Amino acid sequence: MTEPKPRPLAYAPALESAALARLREHYRPFVDGEFTGGTGEPFSSVNPATAEPLAEVSGSDASDVDRAVSAAEEAFRQRWTPIGGTERAKYLFRIARLLQERARELAVLASLETGEPVRKTTEFDLPNAAAQFLHYAGWADKLDYAGFGPSPAPQGVVGQVLPSNLPLLLLAQRVAPALACGATVVVKPAERTPLTALVFGEICEQAGLPAGVVNVLPGGPGVGAKLLAHPGVRKAVFAGSTETGKRVRRDLAGRGKRLTSDLGGSGVNIVFADAAPEEAVRGVVEGAFFNQGRVRCAGSRLLVEESVAEEFVARLRARTESLRVGDPLDRNTDVGALGSAEVARLSELLERGVAEGATRWTSPAAPPHDGGFLPPTLLTDVQQSMSVARAEVFGPVLSVLTFRTPEEAVTKANNTPHGLAAGVWSEKGSRALWTARRLRTGVVWANAFHRFDPTAPFGGRGESGDGRVGGAAGLEAYLDV
Amino acid sequence: MSDGESLANTRKRVAVPKTYKLYVGGSFARSESGRVFPVTGSDGDFRANAAQASRKDLRDAVAAARKAFDGWAGASAHNRGQVMFRVAEMLEGTRDRFAGEVADVEGLPLPEAEAVVDTAVDRMFWYAGWTDKLGVLLGGVNQVAGPYTSHGGPEPVGVVGVVAPRSSSLLGLVSVLAPVMATGNCAVVLVGPEAAVPAVSLCEALATSDVPGGVVNVLTGEPTELAPRLASHSDVDALDPSGAEESLRGELEEAAAATVKRMLDVPLPEQDWSEPPTPKRLRAFTDLKTVWHPLGE
Amino acid sequence: MVDSPPSNPPKAGLPGDLAEATRDEAALTRFLRGLPGIDAVGLEQRAASLAGRAVKGDAKLRAIDTAIGMVDLTTLEGADNASKVRALAAKARRPDSRFPDVPRVAALCVYPDLVSDAVAALRGSGVGVASVATAFPSGRSTIRAKLAEVELAVESGADEVDMVIDRGAFLAGEYGRVFDEIEQVRAACAPAHLKVILETGELGGYDNVWRASWLALLAGADFIKTSTGKVSPAATLPVTHVLLRAVREWRDRTGQPRGVKPAGGIRTTKDAVRYLVAVLEVAGPEWLTPESFRFGASGLLNDLLMQRETQLDGHYSGPDQVAVDL
Repeated sequence: MTEPKPRPLAYAPALESAALARLREHYRPFVDGEFTGGTGEPFSSVNPATAEPLAEVSGSDASDVDRAVSAAEEAFRQRWTPIGGTERAKYLFRIARLLQERARELAVLASLETGEPVRKTTEFDLPNAAAQFLHYAGWADKLDYAGFGPSPAPQGVVGQVLPSNLPLLLLAQRVAPALACGATVVVKPAERTPLTALVFGEICEQAGLPAGVVNVLPGGPGVGAKLLAHPGVRKAVFAGSTETGKRVRRDLAGRGKRLTSDLGGSGVNIVFADAAPEEAVRGVVEGAFFNQGRVRCAGSRLLVEESVAEEFVARLRARTESLRVGDPLDRNTDVGALGSAEVARLSELLERGVAEGATRWTSPAAPPHDGGFLPPTLLTDVQQSMSVARAEVFGPVLSVLTFRTPEEAVTKANNTPHGLAAGVWSEKGSRALWTARRLRTGVVWANAFHRFDPTAPFGGRGESGDGRVGGAAGLEAYLDV
Repeated sequence: MSDGESLANTRKRVAVPKTYKLYVGGSFARSESGRVFPVTGSDGDFRANAAQASRKDLRDAVAAARKAFDGWAGASAHNRGQVMFRVAEMLEGTRDRFAGEVADVEGLPLPEAEAVVDTAVDRMFWYAGWTDKLGVLLGGVNQVAGPYTSHGGPEPVGVVGVVAPRSSSLLGLVSVLAPVMATGNCAVVLVGPEAAVPAVSLCEALATSDVPGGVVNVLTGEPTELAPRLASHSDVDALDPSGAEESLRGELEEAAAATVKRMLDVPLPEQDWSEPPTPKRLRAFTDLKTVWHPLGE
Repeated sequence: MVDSPPSNPPKAGLPGDLAEATRDEAALTRFLRGLPGIDAVGLEQRAASLAGRAVKGDAKLRAIDTAIGMVDLTTLEGADNASKVRALAAKARRPDSRFPDVPRVAALCVYPDLVSDAVAALRGSGVGVASVATAFPSGRSTIRAKLAEVELAVESGADEVDMVIDRGAFLAGEYGRVFDEIEQVRAACAPAHLKVILETGELGGYDNVWRASWLALLAGADFIKTSTGKVSPAATLPVTHVLLRAVREWRDRTGQPRGVKPAGGIRTTKDAVRYLVAVLEVAGPEWLTPESFRFGASGLLNDLLMQRETQLDGHYSGPDQVAVDL
C-alpha cells in the first residue's frame, strides 16, 4: 500500500442544476396582469458568481410607471378592496401554495441572480416567503382585531422599492401584508435582482389574482424614484441602505406622502464570559456570515468580554475556516458570491480598517475563482472609533471589539446611529434579559441569532428605519391608521 | 378691615407682574438671547412679556431632554402613571386659573373655557392610565414556529420634538404632550406666542407635580424659526409637527430625513382637539422591540 | 480539604487545572459544575445544519468504507451463544464475500461469557474483541461483581471493555463514586482499552452529558460512548456532538487522543455519513479513524454494504444480497 490513502471523508460538489430555474431569454414588466411594455433602458441580469448574463430585461420608463400606478388604482377601487377580506385571504393562500409548489425553481433562480447559496435559498428564503403569505392570509379577514381599531382602511396604492438580497423573501414580507390590508402594490425590485420578482408576477397570474393588484417594474434607481414620487402612490415603502433611504425621504418631503423605511444596520453580538462557548461561536459566525453577511440585520460587530476574548477569537477563526466558500449552486456552499463590484467596495472598507489599525484575517477557504467572492474575514483590534465599527458592512466581514463590564458592552453596542438587531450570549438569564432590555434595537436575539418568523415583528430603530415586517405590526404600513 | 375695604374700593390695586419664562431641565429661565415678545390677550391688549427662545435655548432643551431620558424611560410604568395622575390632579386644582387664561387667550366665554380645561384634565388622566398597558396594546407574544419564546414590547423612541398646536392653547398642548410622556419619552415643545400663557402655567403645574426636570421642556417663541432646527437636530428622535403650518411641513420633513426621524403623520388643518383621542400617538412614539430566547432543557 | 488526605493523588501527565480536578470529590465537583453550559437549541441546530452536508459519488464510497472500518459489530441479546458469535465473526472478518476489498470491521462486541468464542473465531484477523461489562446495561450491582465481569472479559482475551457508568450515582451528584468506579475498572482492564458508556438517554440533558464526558475522561476513559442501545433515546447527532467536543478539548488541553463511540439507533448509511461529517467538523479529520471513532451498531453494516454495492454497480441493492446477522 504505497499509494497515498484517499481522504476518509470529503465533500464532493453537489450541484443543483441551473436548468431548474427555467430561465427565459427575456423578461418584461408585469403590469395590469400582463407582461408588457418595458420601453425604458434594457439591461442584463448578471450572475454575480460568474459575471455571465442570465437574461435580458426590458427596463421600465415613466410610461410604465404611469400604467402600473393607474392599473393599481383601478384594481384597488374595482377589484381588490370591494371583494372583502375573506376572498382576499384565499388569494394570499393560493400564492403561498404556488410558492411552495415552485419552490425549487425559485430557489435556484434566486441563487443564480443573487449569488446566494442555493441551500440557503431553498431552506430559508422559499419556506419563509410562503409562510408570510400563509400568515397574512389569516389577517385579511381579521383586520378589525389587529389592534388598529374597527375597520381600518387600506392605504390605496403602495409603491415598494426593494433591495437585491433575499429578493423573494423581502418581497413577500411586504406584498403579503399589503394585499391582506386591501392595498394594491407596484413593486420595483433591485436592478440586480429582478427575475424572482417577475416570476412572482407569473405566480400572481397563476393564482388568478385580479389584474393590477400586483405590478412589477424592473429597472434602476430612477424607476424607483419615479414610482415613489408618483402622485397616484399613496404610500411609499423603501427597503435598502440607510444612505439611499435618507435620499428617498428627502425627495418625498413635502409631497404629503407616507413613507415606511426599512434601512441598514450595524448589528452586534455581545458575548459574555459565561456564554455557552460553542453555541456563541456558532451564533457569531452565522450572525456575520449568513448570506455572505448580506442581510441588513447581520451581526457585523462582535463585542466579546475581554477575559475570554483570546480563546473566543481562536474558536471563531477555527469555525470560520470550516465555512465553505464556493459555487452558490453547490449544496455544500456556506458562503456564496458577492459580485465584483461588491468585493471592490468591501476590499476598500477592509483596507481602510487596516489603515486605521485593525488586524485582518481572512479565511483560507478558497473561492472557485478570483472575481466576485470574498472569503469570511475577521478584523481584530477594532476600536469603536474606526470606520468599520460604524459602517453598514453588508458583506462577510466581522469586526471584533472587547468590553470589560456589561454596562460598557451596552454602551458600545448602542453607540451607532443604527438600531436593528443584536445578539446577547450569556447562560445567566437575568444578565441576558437585562442586556436585551437596554439595547436600542428593534430585535434582540438572546442566545440565538437570525431567527425569523412571520408572527414576530422585525424592524429597526433610529437610522435603521421605522418599518416592521411580521405579525400585526407588519400591517400598520398598509393601513390608514 | 373696613379701612382695607374702602381702600380697595377707592384705589385700584397694582398687580405684581409675571415674567413668562422658558421651562428647560426643570427650571424656569429667560432666553439666553435676552429676547422677549409681548403676550396679548384675544382682545389684542398687552398682558406680559414672554421669553423668546433662541437656537441656543433649543440646544439646551434637547440636551436637558436627553439627560432626563434614561431616568424617565427607566422608571416603572406604574411610577410614570402616578406622576401623570398627579399632573391631572394639579390641573384640576387650578382649574379656575387655567379657565381664565384659556378664556383670555382663545377669546372663549368662561363656561366654554372651563369645559376645555375639563377636557384637558381628562386627557392627561386618560393618557396617565395608559402607561402600564402599552405592552398589552402594542406588544405581545409571538407564536413562532420553533423552540423559542418570542415577545414584543414598545420602548420609547427617545427625545420627541413637538410643534405645539396653535388652535388650542391648553387642550392641544396636553393632547400632544401627554402621549409623549406616557410612553416614556422626553419632550421639547415649541409653543407659539398665542399659547404662551397657558403653556407656561402648565409647566408650573408640571414642575410642582413630581415630573422630573427635563422630561418636558417648553420653549416659547416663533415655531417657524425654531422648528426646522428641531427637525434637523440629530439627537431628536421623533417629531410631532401638529402646530406647523402647511408651508413649513415640507421643510420639516426634509430636515428630519437626515437622521431618519420618526415623523408623526398629522392632518392639515389641525385636528379638533376636543375629539376623543386614540392610541395612535402612543404607537407613533414607541418602537417595537422583539426579543427571542431559545427554549431548551 | 487541608485536614483530610486527598483520596486520589493528582493524575500524572495532566495539566495543572485538570490534575487538580482529580484531587478529591470536592475538587471534581467544583470542576464539573464550573464547566461552561451548552445551549440545547443552538446545539441541535448546528447538528441539523451539518447533517445537510452532501457527500456524493466517489466521496460517498470512501465514506462508506471509512464507516465500515469503524463498526463495532454488536450482538447483545439473551439468546446469544457460540454459534451466533461465530457467524458474526465471519462477517466481521469479511463483511461481503462478493467484494474482497471491503474493509473489515473494527471489532466484535459481545457479552463477557462469549469473549473466548469471539477471540477464537477472530484470531489473526485484526478484528478486535470488545466486551460489555460492569452489570451491563443498567450498571446496578456491586463493584465486586462489576470488577469480576471485567476480569472475566479481560482474561478471556478481550481487547476492549465497554463499561457503563452508575447513572444513579451521577444523577445524585456522587461524582466521586462514579469516578472511583471508572478508575477501578480502568485498573482492572489493562491492557485492554476502556470505553465508558455514559447512557446519555438517562442523564437528563446536554449539560450532564458534557459533565459526564469530562468525568469519564478525567477518570481514564480511552473512549466515551453514548449508549448501551437498551435505552431510548440512544445515540443522537447532538449528543455525539457533545462527546466529540469533549475529546477535542481534551486533546487540545492534554495532548492525549481520546475516542468517541455513538451506539444504538444508527441504522442507515445516511445516518453514518452524518456522523462522519460531525466527526470531521466538530472534532477534526484526525478523528476519522477506527482508533478514534466507532459505531456501535448491529443493522448498520448491512445497509453500508448495500449502499456500497449501489455506488459501485449503479443499481439499488436488496437485503438478500448481503448476509443476515444470524
